[in-house]
This record gives sequence, structure tokens and C-alpha cells, in this order.
Amino acid sequence: MIATEKTIETKGAGAAWDVERVREDFPVLRQTVNGKPLVYLDNAASAQVPRIVIERGSKYLREEHSNIHRGVHYLSQRATSAYEGAREKVKRFINAREARECIFVRGVTEAVNLVMHGYGRKFVHEGDEVVVSEMEHHSNLVPWQMLCEEKGARLRVIPMDDAGELLLDEFDALLNERTKLVCVGHVSNALGTINPVKEIVARAHKLGVPVLVDGAQGAPHLKVDVQDLDCDFYAISGHKMFAPTGSGVLYGKAELLEKMNPFLGGGSMIRTVTFERSTYAAIPDKFEAGTPAIASQIGLGAAIDYLNGLDRAAALAHEQELLAYATERVSAIEGIRIIGNAREKASVLAFVIDEIHPHDVGTILDREGIAIRAGHHCAQPVMQHFGVPATARASFAFYNTREEADSLVAAVQKVIEVFG
Amino acid sequence: MSELSELYQQVILDHNKKPRNFQKLEAANRTAEGFNPLCGDQLTVYMLMDEGVVREVSFVGTGCAISKASASMMTQAVKGKTREEARLLFDEFHRMVTGELDEEAEPNQLGRLKIFAGVRDYPARVKCASLPWHTMHAALEGEETATTENLGPDLSQAAISD
Ligand SMILES: Cc1ncc(COP(=O)(O)O)c(C=O)c1O
Repeated sequence: MIATEKTIETKGAGAAWDVERVREDFPVLRQTVNGKPLVYLDNAASAQVPRIVIERGSKYLREEHSNIHRGVHYLSQRATSAYEGAREKVKRFINAREARECIFVRGVTEAVNLVMHGYGRKFVHEGDEVVVSEMEHHSNLVPWQMLCEEKGARLRVIPMDDAGELLLDEFDALLNERTKLVCVGHVSNALGTINPVKEIVARAHKLGVPVLVDGAQGAPHLKVDVQDLDCDFYAISGHKMFAPTGSGVLYGKAELLEKMNPFLGGGSMIRTVTFERSTYAAIPDKFEAGTPAIASQIGLGAAIDYLNGLDRAAALAHEQELLAYATERVSAIEGIRIIGNAREKASVLAFVIDEIHPHDVGTILDREGIAIRAGHHCAQPVMQHFGVPATARASFAFYNTREEADSLVAAVQKVIEVFG
Repeated sequence: MSELSELYQQVILDHNKKPRNFQKLEAANRTAEGFNPLCGDQLTVYMLMDEGVVREVSFVGTGCAISKASASMMTQAVKGKTREEARLLFDEFHRMVTGELDEEAEPNQLGRLKIFAGVRDYPARVKCASLPWHTMHAALEGEETATTENLGPDLSQAAISD
């Protein structure tokens, strides 16, 4: 039985979405590529950055740049308060109970590795089991394989159907007293599927198993409330939610973070150090060794301000409308197969064309000024499920337009023409 | 930057659709695997070497049009060549697609292979054209696998000024 969970909340969207107005906030969109207007449809890889984020980062570099938590001097205090301010914004954005539950990391990859080392290596033992899903990004799969190999533990996989939806009955059957952790994506980057993570968390918690949610593709589109989801960890990459690369968050419940081992050792994460032994700082510092990406994390705070200033329900409704429109038009083209047909999807449209390799599609679209991603999307098991070496993927953000979807369709038709 | 038509020329499209020497070579005494971990392109080159001459060469695998056509034309180009001649062709092809050889100005044996010169304007695609050649080279030298990763860091896309 598939849980009906209202993940797509577009009701209450106010006035119509003024996409032209929103586009003005994104300077990068105003350029031509190969003589054609840039059509940026690779948002699932990295989303573009609005002007207020650029300006906030550059203000930091011009006026505040210095190391945090270390100086008694003026600049260090300004940098520290901006950095901690960003943490507070993250806390409100995902509705964490406390800011110290929000660890700043480089992105989801670091977040998952942190949990693998800090939680996995401490609490997973020989014969134990870790559960992932068939549609995980490699960053939420490979660290768990490494852990299982090291510990002699077993990796178990929640299968999906051919629409790209997880089979929750199978998930129930996988859970047992040896299960130590469940790791699942909120939204699949390869398929667009929105997983019923709240339901997954509830089922795992019945057996007392904690759940890590990879929110790389969730946070940019959906309203995230970690208390409502009741997940134990939630990982975010800033560069996918309109902030600079190098920014990201691992949310974790305080009581879990506190009993975990530290991840990277070094400065800032200690309380006392002698040659005999070191003691560790309290969270979040315990997990933030070394000098972090201060400008990027401050930028993430600004991106959250930006998102808070939008009508997010309307933004999501716009994305959903674009997805429906593009899906309808692309699937009407002969010889095209859409990969990923879940009932609830974020604005990701992956497809293959008979006899034409996705890389050739990507190159020809690039000549038309259209940026898409072609490849395995760091989800090779997904490609194996669908029996394709790779797919072409267009992913939409709230600043994309119907005209851009039309350009995509026209360019795909051109690809088919070129290959005759 | 060249026009699209320069990359996807008719010859390339034709070899993509009907790759030549596209089968396993039972009599092969050399084989090598080529793999591009970035895009998942994968091919196997089979070679029958006899007295220092490439008597037969074939390939199987999956990849984009550029890599398939490049593999197909590679087999045609090296068949019947001595090891030395095949090495030289490998070297010339590699230097052409990475922009180190001006195939119009400098003497070379590339002939019809010059149609791949256009890929140097598509840095992301250079490896597609060169993987079959690296794999052929590995077979020639008796190695087992060629990965485009093992060829050192890809600095071809580095820009030191804007
Ligand atoms: C679903 C998903 N998880 C994890 C990642 C990894 O994120 P990052 O590369 O920012 O660490 C990505 C991004 O590619 C993703 O789409």
C-alpha cells in the first residue's frame, strides 16, 4: 500500500506567479550561449544564485572577511555573527528545535559521510543491516557500502517499481531487529520521485530505527519541516537551493549528534587537547573542524531569506505546471521514453530517445543554448533498473518559463532530425 | 567554435548507425577494455597481431555517436598497419583532438580521421573520441584496460584567464 501523504502543497498559492519578475533576480540568466538565449534546465545539478545572495557573499568578502569563533577583534565578531545568523536562518527554515542541531557541511556528500563515520562506525556492527533505496544518489549509497564492508554488515535495498515509486510493503519486509539505520532520498535526482519520507520514518521508528533523509532535491522545492517528518537526520546541499557551492547542512536530532563520534579532527572541534587525550566540543562545533566555507554558508542564509520572500506555494505550483507541460510535449515526440513516472514528482524530466545516446542529445542542446544533464546522474543502479546506460535530464526551477520548455521540445526535435 | 554540423558530420552519423568491424573477433590474440567512468562509455577492442602487424581489429561496446564512430573508423584505419604505424596514428589522433596538432598545416597520416578535429571545440567530448584509440593502444601494447582516468588529470579544460 502506498501511503497518501500530502507532499505537494500548492494550495493556497496566491496571485499568479510572475516569472519574468523573478528572472530579474538571477543575473546569470541574462546571457546568450552560442548566440542563443541561455535556457538553464540543469537546476537539479546546481541551481542559480539570486542577486541578494551574490551581494551578501561579496559584502562579507569586502567588509567582514576573517576567521570565526577565534578572534576577539571586530571583524572576527562580525563574521561569527553572520555565520551563526545563517545557522539560525537554517534552523527556522527547516523547523529544527535548536540551531545547534544544524551542522554546517560542504553539502550532502559530506553530511552522509559524517553520519557514516560518526554514527555508523560507532553503532553498526557485524551482522547488522543498513537500508537504502534503489533510487539513491551514489552519495547516499557508497558510504553505506563502505561501512558495511568494513563492519561485515549487510546493505539492504528498498526496491522500486517501473514508474519509479518505492515499494513500501517490501520496505516493511526488510525491517528487522538487526536494522540499524535507514537512508533514503526525499526526492530522486534521477527520476523526480517524491518519496513518502514521513511514512518511511514512521514505519522505521516503530522498530526504533533512525532515518537519514537525503534532502538535496527536497529542500529546493518542498517545504521541509524536520519535526513534522520526525526524521533523525536531514541533509541539504546549498548549491541546489540557490546558494554558493561549499554550503550545506546536516540536521540531526541533538541527542543523536551528542552520542556520535566526531568526524574530522582538528581545530574548533575540541574542548581540551593534551598528548594523552583530547575532549570534544559540544555540537555543532564538534562536527565543524577547521575553517568552514564562511562566505558560502552566509550565502546560504541569504538564499533562505530570498526563498522566504517568495510565495513558495506559488513557486512550486509554477514548477509543477512546467513539469506537466514539458512532460506532455516531450512524450508526444515519437521515439521518446520518459524515465520516471511517479505520481508525485518534483520538476525533473528524464528521458531517452531511441537509438540516440544522451550525450549527443546534451551536446546538440548545448549548441541551442540549452543546458541539461546527460549521464547516469550518479545513480547507476537507477540506470540499471531501466536498462539504459544514461538519460537526458531537464530539471526546472521556479524561474524557468513555458517558452523555455518549448525551446527544449524544438531542440529535441532537431536532435532527431540530425540523427535522421 | 565550429558549427554543430562540423561535429555531427554525415560520415560520423553513418558510422554511428552502421559501425564497421562491430563484433567480437574470435581469433583475437589481444583484447583491451576501455571505460570512461564519467559517462559510462565502455568498449572492448579485439586485435589479431601477427608478426608485428595488425591483421584484424574489431570492437563491441556502448557509447555516444562520437565514440562509436571513432571506434569504427579506428578499426578501419589501423587494420593492416604495423605496430609502429598504429602507434604513430594513435599519437597523431590524440594530438589532433587535444589541439596539439594542426592537421591542416603539419604533415600527418590522419586522412579521413581528420573529421574528428572538430571535437577539440567540445572539451567535454574529447574523451569520447579518444577512448577507442586509447583502448586500441592498450591492446597494441598488451595491456588489459584503458580508462580515460588513467591518462592523468584532465587539464585540457583549465583556463588561466577569462
Ligand atoms: C539526491 C542527491 N543526493 C546527493 C547529492 C550530492 O550532493 P553534493 O554533490 O552537493 O554533495 C545530489 C547532487 O548531485 C543529489 O541530487
